[in-house]
Amino acid sequence: MPDTFYFALEVTVNGLMAGVMYALVALGFVLIFKASGIFNFAQGVMALFAAMTFVGIQNGQIPFAHLINAILGTNIHYFGWKLHSILAIVLTVVVMILLAWAVQRFIFRYLVGQEPIILFMATIGLAYLLEGVADLMWGADIKKVDVCLAEGTCLPQGINAAIDEATFNLFGYGFFIDNLDITATIVAAILVAALVAFSQYTKQGRAMRAVADDHQAALSVGVSLNYIWILVWSVAGFVALVAGLMWGAKSGVQFSLSLIALKALPVLMLGGFTSIPGAIVGGLIIGMGEKLFEFFIGSAIGGATENWFAYVLALIFLVFRPQGLFGEKIIERV
Amino acid sequence: MLYREAGDFKTSYVADSQTFPIAFDRWRYYAVLAVAFLVVPFLVNDYWVNAILVPFLIYSIAAIGLNILTGYCGQVSLGTGGFMAVGAYACYKLMTAFPDVNIVIHIILAGGITAAVGTLFGLPSLRIKGFYLAVATLAAQFFLVWLFNKVSWFYNYSASGQINAPERSVFGVAVTGPNVEPWAMYMICLVFCFACAVIARNLTRGTLGRTWMAIRDMDIAAEIIGVNPLKAKLTAFAISSFFVGISGALFFAVYLGAVEVGEAFGIQKSFIVLFMIIIGGLGSIFGSFAGAALLVVLPVFLKLLGVDLLGWPTDIVAHIQLVIVGLLIILFLILEPHGLAQLWRVAKEKLRLWPFPH
Repeated sequence: MPDTFYFALEVTVNGLMAGVMYALVALGFVLIFKASGIFNFAQGVMALFAAMTFVGIQNGQIPFAHLINAILGTNIHYFGWKLHSILAIVLTVVVMILLAWAVQRFIFRYLVGQEPIILFMATIGLAYLLEGVADLMWGADIKKVDVCLAEGTCLPQGINAAIDEATFNLFGYGFFIDNLDITATIVAAILVAALVAFSQYTKQGRAMRAVADDHQAALSVGVSLNYIWILVWSVAGFVALVAGLMWGAKSGVQFSLSLIALKALPVLMLGGFTSIPGAIVGGLIIGMGEKLFEFFIGSAIGGATENWFAYVLALIFLVFRPQGLFGEKIIERV
Repeated sequence: MLYREAGDFKTSYVADSQTFPIAFDRWRYYAVLAVAFLVVPFLVNDYWVNAILVPFLIYSIAAIGLNILTGYCGQVSLGTGGFMAVGAYACYKLMTAFPDVNIVIHIILAGGITAAVGTLFGLPSLRIKGFYLAVATLAAQFFLVWLFNKVSWFYNYSASGQINAPERSVFGVAVTGPNVEPWAMYMICLVFCFACAVIARNLTRGTLGRTWMAIRDMDIAAEIIGVNPLKAKLTAFAISSFFVGISGALFFAVYLGAVEVGEAFGIQKSFIVLFMIIIGGLGSIFGSFAGAALLVVLPVFLKLLGVDLLGWPTDIVAHIQLVIVGLLIILFLILEPHGLAQLWRVAKEKLRLWPFPH
């Protein structure tokens, strides 16, 4: 076998791993869309917000320190503690639940029954609002996620060396896979399993699925829509936290995180807005496709095709199958 | 008192179907035009033109363009920045390839080229709807910006990757390049803005506008009563892109003079123009102006208030601006989905009855 083939194979595997990261963001979109019909453009910014909050809480930053300093002329920055990662994650989840409640209470409660496109634009506004609040709270400088994810030390040492060696013995070509990507895949698998278990085996999960199926019917059997929507936004906030930590560990917590998260949109279009497996498969296809395209064609036409490949692929795909791979068939009536 | 139709008798169909049927409206419109064309050019200085007036006029053109597509035809587009880039680069290529031709013709041609590109990216709209389409137009945004960044033919192989507007003049007065007078900049933008607004207003009043609105309100129903969706959607994309292209060409050639595509025409530009029409009012030409004015003045005002008056750091003011814009969008969508234009309409209704409401 020629080396190019193995190299392409390695690119594919790395692409699949990157796809997992896209799928993580896409999951949050699907959850909210299924339950409330809101296409949440702010999911990427939520990931950014969650990651920034996590880093801020962990390092004991004082929220709105810059703003307070500017207004009152003080000079405060840190509480002066350093929290354990687990505790910081728990506190961040609390913040995300509060955010979910606020979003529901102050925004979408007043927009019930509006056209989907109005809701979509409202989430664009929410994205701006959240981004501004996040920057005001924690400052806009690039932050490092200081959990074991970043160095890949959550995993046993030398695991990628082991993969390298094993594949070398098998094919005569060693594969290199980033530690972080392996961690991301494992975390994503656990997350999806947990989500499935939650929605299949808990009361709240069943209520969530009922609302996703039919609002009216769910209401009539006594499911509180308001509660379920807050729940769904909280779960989406938690998914955003996981995605934000993963992306943050990969490329630092900064504004461009919310742009990377935009990549989740073509993933969704490919997989269909209403399907969790679709989000994962879509993510894998996009991740693999853009790496392979860059490898075979991109370098010949100037590189950096990753910026647009996903969108164009989704666009072309949609022309032939408007509901995506796994989406429900779109039926329109007058 | 003044603002009512009583006593204003129409004796011909032309008079009956004019844009401003109420006399007071008409005179107000003429007065605004007179001030804009005859008074403002003699008063402006460099700061006013560069910080407020020219961006306002150029964004108004872009907002009118997007409003035709989104407000009148109901197709949400997030590719405005990309289409503005097409206008800018088309204008640059034309300006450098045919230096003897008048820049006004170049800008109009740049609009035409953008219309062709817009139609191409509008083709999927026949199959894809709603936010699927919104995301699909992101493809245009990212692909076009990448294209102008990577293919050096577009920027004439310059080492910096930037495009710089060469000096061109209209009637012997320089309008692009380093030696342009503020009032000349203002005038060329004003003329284009005025022409675009008049064309857009009349298009949306006519058959074409009605077919767009039918498609927006419910495309299947429109199809059943005999509106051709192919024609309606593609004309909306073409005409919208034409205006957006003109605004891009002006933005590059007249306003900035030198452009780096990712910075000037990135995705943020698409969002800003979309926000302008949401805040201003979807489906209203006046709303395009109102939204553009608000979002151009807001940063200038915040900078004056925050940085110059209170002495806060610029980044905090920039973040506060994000929060305010986000809040404005949400508030307008909740309280007044038809934007500033609707507030204006309500105010006019009140004025008709003033001072004796029922």
